[in-house]
Amino acid sequence: MYTQALNTAETADRDLEDAGKAAQFQARIDAEERIEPNDWMPAAYRKTLTRQISQHAHSEIVGMLPEGNWITRAPTLRRKAALLAKVQDECGHGLYLYAAAETLGSSREELVDAMLAGKAKYSSIFNYPTLTWADIGTIGWLVDGAAIMNQIPLCRCSYGPYARAMIRVCKEESFHQRQGYEIMVTLCRGSEEQKAMAQDALNRWWWPVLMMFGPPDATSQHSDTSTKWKIKRFSNDELRQKFVDATVPQAQYLGLTIPDPGMAQDADGHWRYSEIDWTEFKQVLAGNGPCNRDRMAARRKAHEEGAWVREAAASYAAKRAQRQTAQAAE
Amino acid sequence: MATPNTPLWEVFIRSRNGLAHKHVGSLHASDATMALQAARDIYTRRGEGLSIWVVPSSTITASDPAEKGMMFEPAESKIYRHPTFYEVPEEVGHM
Repeated sequence: MYTQALNTAETADRDLEDAGKAAQFQARIDAEERIEPNDWMPAAYRKTLTRQISQHAHSEIVGMLPEGNWITRAPTLRRKAALLAKVQDECGHGLYLYAAAETLGSSREELVDAMLAGKAKYSSIFNYPTLTWADIGTIGWLVDGAAIMNQIPLCRCSYGPYARAMIRVCKEESFHQRQGYEIMVTLCRGSEEQKAMAQDALNRWWWPVLMMFGPPDATSQHSDTSTKWKIKRFSNDELRQKFVDATVPQAQYLGLTIPDPGMAQDADGHWRYSEIDWTEFKQVLAGNGPCNRDRMAARRKAHEEGAWVREAAASYAAKRAQRQTAQAAE
Repeated sequence: MATPNTPLWEVFIRSRNGLAHKHVGSLHASDATMALQAARDIYTRRGEGLSIWVVPSSTITASDPAEKGMMFEPAESKIYRHPTFYEVPEEVGHM
């Protein structure tokens, strides 16, 4: 169940580490049992998941911005309807994920406020701009493709509410990738200019998309415990390789060139990519990507401009509740 | 200023005629009408339901997982509550 209200009153041992309970907890994880909100869990497990699920939620919400940018400029009504539906889905995914994160004990408002204050992160991919219509195709094909690759193993994550949210998200996400690829197919079958536009978008998105899987295994700081707790089922590099192997034939079908001259297929059939520029990743993560300031400003503006709606809805509900109590008393 | 909290609701959906309403998730809304509308938008965008219930999360009373043993173990030893506990001669056929 998703609810935070069902959490029993905060128990005194909630933030304490307890070796005996931790061993029992690990035994449950090893037996592939799902952990539910009211179960005992190590404080670090709660903290890691709150961070990961809320970042995931923020990413869905901020992810609406680069695509929302093109809703009014979609080339046909069919494309416009699809893009609107996709952006609406992302909003829903954000809400499922906030609900899952809340079961760990922080309210959605606290989580959102942390993001607006710049204290919580979202996926760095959304700090890149969408310059042409081909970017919308590329985002669906590659960004959503990479997200699916990450999210499918999360459907078996040890934390029940997160796993259930991921099942729902993955079901909806497959339309996103297909509509993106369809845009790319259409552009690549079009004029020379359209195909060049598709190639340009691929050139700009390829490396940032590979960075979406996170730092290489040798340097990733969260991987060991996350693997032990079965939050993570595959390493960053394993997922990245899976993604590259799945994507190369799709690019070949489109007749597009992956912007990595060093890429080659090894004896086992895996496409080996060149060294990733991790300084760029760190720069974007540190707030210096092309659109970081824009995205944060847009989120804050939307939150502030929505304040009167939240206030009006709350005072209307309070007024009605008051009237009902008065009527009941008569 | 910290954003004030909006009440939490649990959402139950009947997916097909004849089936029970099933818990699908939760959402925030300031009142029941808005909770129903939000549930429609969040949980039934692809024809997932014929009917929706929304229930304030704070009104649900849940059993404590720590007392799982006390709650459910007594049933485990009562195998005579299952039909397979009883022997019926084969000649009688299916019963």
